[in-house]
Amino acid sequence: MMFFRSFIFFLGVLATLLIGWAGLVGIPNMMISEVQPPKGLERYTYEQAFGRSIYIREGCLYCHSQQVRPVGFGADQERFWGRPSVPADYVYDKPHLLGTMRTGPDLFNIGARQTSEEWHLLHLYNPRIVSPGSVMPPFPWLFEEKITAGPEDKVVALPDSIAPKGKVVVATQEGRALIAYLIGMNHTYPVSQSPAINDTTKKK
Amino acid sequence: MAVQTTTKEQFVSFASDAAEDVSEKQHRVEIDESVTSPVVLYFATGIAWLLFGSLAGLAAAIKFNLPDWLGGTSFLTFGRVRPVHLNTVMYGWASLAGAGMVVWLTGRLCRVAIQKTWALYISAVLWNIGVLFGVVSLLFGYNQGMEWLEFPRPAGGLIALGFLFFVYSIISTFRKRQVEHLYVSLWYILASMLWFPILYTVANLGIYDGVTEAAMNWWFAHNALAVWFTPVGLAGAYYFIPKVIGRPIYSYYLGLLGFWAFALFYNWNGIHHLVGGPLPTWLVTVSIVASVMMFVPVMAVAVNHHLTMLGHFRMLKYSPTLRFVVFGSMSYTAVSLQGSVESLRSFSEVAHFTHYTIGHAHLGVYGFLSMILFGAVYYIMPRIAKWEWPHPKLIKLHFWMSATGIALYVIAMCIGGWIQGMMMNDPSLSFIASVNATKPYLWARSVGGTMMLVGHLVFAYQFVLIIYRSGPARYVPAWFELRPAAESTGESKTV
Repeated sequence: MMFFRSFIFFLGVLATLLIGWAGLVGIPNMMISEVQPPKGLERYTYEQAFGRSIYIREGCLYCHSQQVRPVGFGADQERFWGRPSVPADYVYDKPHLLGTMRTGPDLFNIGARQTSEEWHLLHLYNPRIVSPGSVMPPFPWLFEEKITAGPEDKVVALPDSIAPKGKVVVATQEGRALIAYLIGMNHTYPVSQSPAINDTTKKK
Repeated sequence: MAVQTTTKEQFVSFASDAAEDVSEKQHRVEIDESVTSPVVLYFATGIAWLLFGSLAGLAAAIKFNLPDWLGGTSFLTFGRVRPVHLNTVMYGWASLAGAGMVVWLTGRLCRVAIQKTWALYISAVLWNIGVLFGVVSLLFGYNQGMEWLEFPRPAGGLIALGFLFFVYSIISTFRKRQVEHLYVSLWYILASMLWFPILYTVANLGIYDGVTEAAMNWWFAHNALAVWFTPVGLAGAYYFIPKVIGRPIYSYYLGLLGFWAFALFYNWNGIHHLVGGPLPTWLVTVSIVASVMMFVPVMAVAVNHHLTMLGHFRMLKYSPTLRFVVFGSMSYTAVSLQGSVESLRSFSEVAHFTHYTIGHAHLGVYGFLSMILFGAVYYIMPRIAKWEWPHPKLIKLHFWMSATGIALYVIAMCIGGWIQGMMMNDPSLSFIASVNATKPYLWARSVGGTMMLVGHLVFAYQFVLIIYRSGPARYVPAWFELRPAAESTGESKTV
């Protein structure tokens, strides 16, 4: 009897967890694995993929989301952060970087919004140069100081007051890759999927 | 006086194990002796991670106030220190201290010496190596890129292996049990022994892509709380509250209802972390429904804990354990109700991407779980070290530092986060306005965090003292103040 009762107990405990997994992960996985990439979505280039790994390494995801909410849910649309994102936008993303925090703005379409490489160089070197009041950390290790810049180098256009004397600051390979990833983040192409899949729109 | 509704005799007998039966007492001492070294090992390493994790958390908090502070070193950038904080306090402090408490509780509740203690040593060693390896990897930038699953695979694997050795010892002890009926705490412990290994395995199958990976990520992250951290905290609260005040738990049937409703609803909650995201609407809705249904187990547990306390709140004046554990169980009620409301779409629209969530998370893991673990350590250590806490005043200092620190933290983050969300959702304001508005609250958060760190240092200092049995020798428990004999109830030797 005792054995039987603990057996039933463990069986019940096992069932609750596995049913939860099936409902929240297993079944959606079957549904969504059919999703085809949209025509406008390109695979990451080698440099962008490397930049994406830098994005993960430096923990950008703890302050920036990569998902756009629909009309009527937050102000993403009014801030022109792009059309609502759909599952098909993420087919090449592994690991996913949807994020849960917006200490900084959403980056899903940062490449469409901020196309200037010069801005990104300054912003990553020290965010407060271009964005006063920002609490984003600086990333000086993505840059190096040189006496003269080479032909391929991306020079940070630092204001004279903070530029090192007699030297120029250029992006390292890692810094260039991260910027390539950010500028490539452009999901403004049209998608054919019915937006019903994430229709959280409030009826106004 | 509350009316007792406990219907099963064994629940009455649970409390009466304080009966002055000499052989019974001797048996308890033997059980405690069987676990002394493993429990001290779990507690000591857990507390070491608590100190390290608190420092990392405080550093991350101060970086919001002074973004260029320590900004020149890649190891110490916010994006690396933050996951170090989360992973050390969860998989280091809360898990190891929780494992120590679970081992001790299992011996007491099965009324038998802990079996296979060698497995516990292996478990603690593997676990600590795993956390250390994971932390160093994160500082060097090796991050898996998913919240709560940041540790590289080998580090996670070591921790999982450590957990399996731990489960082996607990289940072996359970099979040798000398009791016929299982107390509520044991249900939660046994369930998590089965749940957590399965959860971890299923999450690491590697068969998920794109947005399903996000669903898996948050199913896992929320379930780490559901199947391990919360059961540990509740097992502690269910044990220590009746134990210290010396009366049985209010209702057996509420305990039963609470447990199964908990098992049924909690592990459907995770996807509320993706409200408004690019997932099928039904999926998010299912999670919101389950989150609201959490009202059922939460109210069952709340009624059970708080009505057990009713009429005995005076005991909070004397017993350090009770003070910490009751603070924890009240936080559990608060954080769970807050969580249910937070999952609603209209609430999430404002609070979701903000510091509000961070405040909520800390109310849960600190206000609830860590406070119960502190209480457990204060209760268990004198029994296994055979030495009373030398300085009750320092316990008091620890309590007030932790309690006011976390209160300041949670209130500041919830208010600041709500303002941040309202401003973010107002397109007439610039985005940076939502950043600037949070700054005073982020300072308050750093002050709260500093107070908590001070509390932890005091706690760790006294933990070292009790291990070495230093300080004044006591022949009565280290109460906050001497208790009038007339009020004495329950187990007499109780901290």
